[in-house]
Amino acid sequence: MSLQTVEFSLAAAEKLNETLNAFLEIDREGASQRAAEIEKSGNAGQLAGIPIAVKDNICVRGLQASCGSKILGDYHPPYNATVIERLTNAGAVVIGKTNCDEFAMGSSNENSAFGPVRNPWDTTRVSGGSSGGSAAAVAAGIVPVALGSDTGGSVRQPASLCGVIGLKPTYGRTSRYGLVAFASSLDQIGILAREAEDVARFLGVIAGRDRFDSTTAGVPVPDYTAALTGDIKGARLGFPRALFGKGLDDEVRRSVESVVDVYRELGAEIVDVALPHAGYAIAVYYVIATAEASSNLARFDGVRYGFRAEDARELRQMYQKTRAEGFGPEVKRRIMLGTYVLSAGYYDAYYRKAQQVRTLIKNDFLKAFESCDAIVTPTSPTPAFGIGEKVDDPLAMYLNDIYTVTANLAGVPGISMPCGLSSERLPIGFQLLGPYWSEPALLRLAHGYEQARPFTERPPVSAS
Amino acid sequence: MPIDQSDIEKVAHLAHLELGEAELKTFGPQMAQIVNYVEQLNELDTAGVEPALGGLTPECERTDSSRNDELISSLGQQIALAEAPDPAGGHFRVPKVL
Repeated sequence: MSLQTVEFSLAAAEKLNETLNAFLEIDREGASQRAAEIEKSGNAGQLAGIPIAVKDNICVRGLQASCGSKILGDYHPPYNATVIERLTNAGAVVIGKTNCDEFAMGSSNENSAFGPVRNPWDTTRVSGGSSGGSAAAVAAGIVPVALGSDTGGSVRQPASLCGVIGLKPTYGRTSRYGLVAFASSLDQIGILAREAEDVARFLGVIAGRDRFDSTTAGVPVPDYTAALTGDIKGARLGFPRALFGKGLDDEVRRSVESVVDVYRELGAEIVDVALPHAGYAIAVYYVIATAEASSNLARFDGVRYGFRAEDARELRQMYQKTRAEGFGPEVKRRIMLGTYVLSAGYYDAYYRKAQQVRTLIKNDFLKAFESCDAIVTPTSPTPAFGIGEKVDDPLAMYLNDIYTVTANLAGVPGISMPCGLSSERLPIGFQLLGPYWSEPALLRLAHGYEQARPFTERPPVSAS
Repeated sequence: MPIDQSDIEKVAHLAHLELGEAELKTFGPQMAQIVNYVEQLNELDTAGVEPALGGLTPECERTDSSRNDELISSLGQQIALAEAPDPAGGHFRVPKVL
């Protein structure tokens, strides 16, 4: 059984990759072999034989980890990320590594050094990003579940644009060991899937304290599937009316407002909430994320792994040339911006100020969650846009993350759920944000919606 | 705040990036636009507001990260050097420093 499932995924990945560019590496030999071993041994692990795809910034021993960048060259990490260790111990089979924006910096996958991922709903449009390959692979039915990473919305936004579910857990819920760092105080590994139950099962396996990541919390891991009761009566759902105004596409607004109606019909109580500093989140994010990135990406210097530029006569020149030739334009732009805001004379004006406003954003959430169990918003202000449409305007591109970045800044969990198609048959998603460690409540609400309004549409580019 | 070419050159130097002519020209206005957008934070009075420590939850702050001082295996020299662009005699070799 597991062998058959894995073979199906491998064949679908190979067949559809020419169209979607979702995979940067497909591990036919290794995946088939592991599936055969599992079948032979009768491994009863709770994920035995389930094929998964993994974003190419998460280390899987023996496979590449390019992070969508040329600077890592042909890098093959010699160790597994903790999440991979846990998933493979439970029997999951990694079939390949998925395309992403370079070092997870982007909202459209156009920043990958290996070309953009194409949206299975319309191949002239972006998949979203940065975990675009993972989202497209799940949407096209190649795998039931994929891993991504979410620094400002990079799991939830592509999930929304591709019509699948995307969960970003509470900061510290999943280990970042083996995830190539972009912005360490914001990064969190997340799950993309088509069914809430799969998200719950996989979260139960990857969550929890890890000795190799001191930011993981010693909070007990509950049985997340037990939360999927279908009963959401009495749940208090916060509606931040002010976020449904300017800049939000009309169809997306109507679709997400109808989600609120569905929840009301299901017995949830809708309460008005305010997140007064949410409008400052993008500004805060692009100071903090770039500052942390400029520091984290200093390690890519052509010494210990990856690409090194040729014909440099001395060390400093080798660093400069390696980084000039190895990094793409968006990564350079963010390293520059991060270096600028941290440089002498600007630190207090930008970095310290941003960290203070981050506190205000976090306090907004703490206050809002006094009166509700979760907050509902759109995930992305628009459905998928055309490839090439926003590449020349970095700021316009950054504004795609307006609904998602607040969760990373505050450290709270968020889940994106598909809630229908636009008139152009493009997926629309809504987002639920909850208090720290409220994944069970978020999954109960997500699952309740899924039961009431199942999203059964399939994209034109699909495995079956 | 305007960001001129000499600012860009200085930041590129700090960041160990060699920028081409085209990048020097485009990054200035793009960074100025983003920095200008960021300056809307100055509308907010943040006197007395503690800077966030980084999205850390109270539960994480309470988690005891100390552990027993036990020897565990690490990659070892051979594996650690296997991905290096220019390994030599058990070391990472680089061009001359001075």
